[in-house]
Amino acid sequence: MTPARKAALSRAALTIIGWGVALWVFFPILWMAMTGFKSEIDAVSTPPKFFFHPTLASYHEVFERANYWHFAINSIVISVLGTIVALLFSVPCAYAMAFSPTKRTRGTLLWMLSTKMLPPVGVLVPIYILARNAGLLDTRTGLVIVYVLMNLPITVWMLFTFFKEVPREILEAGRMDGATRLGEVWHVLLPLSLPGVASTALLSLILSWNESFWSLNLTSSNAAPLPSFIASFSSPEGLFFGKLSAASTLAVAPILVFGWLSQKQLVRGLTFGAVK
Amino acid sequence: MSASTLAAPAPPRQSARRRGTLALVGPSVLILAAWATVPLIMTLWYSFQNYNLVDPTQHGFAKFDNYTYLLSDPDFWSSLANTAFLVIGVLVITVGFGTLLAVLYDQAFPGRSIARVLVISPFFIMPTVAALLWKNLMLHPIYGVYSNMMRMVGLTPIDWMSHYPLFTLTLIVSWEWLPFAVLILLTAIQSLDGEQKEAARMDGAGPVARFFYIIIPHLRRAITVVVMIETIFLLTVFAEITVTTAGGPGVATTNLAFLIYSRALLQFDVGGGSAGGVIAIIIANIVAAFLVRSVARNLET
Repeated sequence: MTPARKAALSRAALTIIGWGVALWVFFPILWMAMTGFKSEIDAVSTPPKFFFHPTLASYHEVFERANYWHFAINSIVISVLGTIVALLFSVPCAYAMAFSPTKRTRGTLLWMLSTKMLPPVGVLVPIYILARNAGLLDTRTGLVIVYVLMNLPITVWMLFTFFKEVPREILEAGRMDGATRLGEVWHVLLPLSLPGVASTALLSLILSWNESFWSLNLTSSNAAPLPSFIASFSSPEGLFFGKLSAASTLAVAPILVFGWLSQKQLVRGLTFGAVK
Repeated sequence: MSASTLAAPAPPRQSARRRGTLALVGPSVLILAAWATVPLIMTLWYSFQNYNLVDPTQHGFAKFDNYTYLLSDPDFWSSLANTAFLVIGVLVITVGFGTLLAVLYDQAFPGRSIARVLVISPFFIMPTVAALLWKNLMLHPIYGVYSNMMRMVGLTPIDWMSHYPLFTLTLIVSWEWLPFAVLILLTAIQSLDGEQKEAARMDGAGPVARFFYIIIPHLRRAITVVVMIETIFLLTVFAEITVTTAGGPGVATTNLAFLIYSRALLQFDVGGGSAGGVIAIIIANIVAAFLVRSVARNLET
């Protein structure tokens, strides 16, 4: 075999394997999206149907009977509010750490990371009791507080690494022109590091949206977000595959798109800058 | 600011700035400190108390009763074993396949970036959806796609969730975490010097030799990070269990997280649940000590 043919062959093999694995990993999500558009009868037909008459019947049922919007609005409010509050705390903090580091900055950053290491289940009991005594059980406020604290170390770390990339001289030039610290951050730093701030916000949104430990334990109906909504399908309703799939697709679609958009920057936030 | 210029004869701008820095960092540090210490102290405190949410006759100092009760309970030991099985199983699968896939998606082929996005997608699926999707649409013994495929080739479908519940859960959680490993390891591989790979190729190193002698050593650090971060999250796998098996059958899929939940919030035994929580914290701390050290080595301020 000539080297050229060999190269072409290995390239073909690579393409087949690369796509095969990708489709296999992605298949459950694709199947879920398809099943959402099937009638309940098509959804459980054996053998499974790849080609079918698409219908919106399952979606209609999810919207009308299962009160989807109540949970969706909870999810949106909690994750957006939690992200905004987390940024309000972490932008000033990361700014100070990146541009006016002191002897303690390094230690503080590592300590923040270490708070992430506390397994939620270890403090389930006291957080539940604190929330109950403060009247925050099954409230959006309660979950927002928990999510801010849960994501704060990640947002501080991620912003810190992005801010470090902004040349100090640019900020100092602004300061010479008499900019206040707020002006420095608002007019110089944030515009320069906008992609970094955006991906930090996206990561916080994704983590809050999908969080399923605190949301299942601290809410029941009033403030329950989408993970709890899906959990309510566990049994025996789970056997309505069409409805389950439609509801699940609605619950994951927005965040899946966000995830695709921010995948490159996620590594930084998820590994606290340990892998670049 | 005027007070500080009066009080500080030495460089006034400097100290005002330092105070400003404190005001910027302070709020985050304060709320995190409260978050990290108050519940921890409460867990420790409760773990030494007789405290039941619905039984007011139980109160007062319990000495080590909650711990001795927990440690003498076979359910606790089986929950530890289940936790270990789940954590180690998911780690082996995700790191093993994650490394292979990272190498695969480091190669150039048509449509690679789309294929990558597809592989990463499960990471963004919320745990309750992932678990129900696999339990019903994929693995349901009658209607599941996999069962149908087995039937098509003449095999008898397996009722995965009833016969191999913990193993099946491990597979589901692995599917959720495989993208994380791929994402991190792929990023790490791409930072590997192209020249180094090229030089090895010139020296006649085959793909296998290059994998073991160049890529794996280069990935060691990234693999460590993946293992440690996943471990922290895998210790608290909860939603997947709640919606598929609720810890059963019996206690076959009850891990430490689910045991604590059922002790504290289903049986209202705050003392016992807290003792379990303390043990979870101790385990996580052992893991975390390694992680923090490995990150610290890489940090410049």
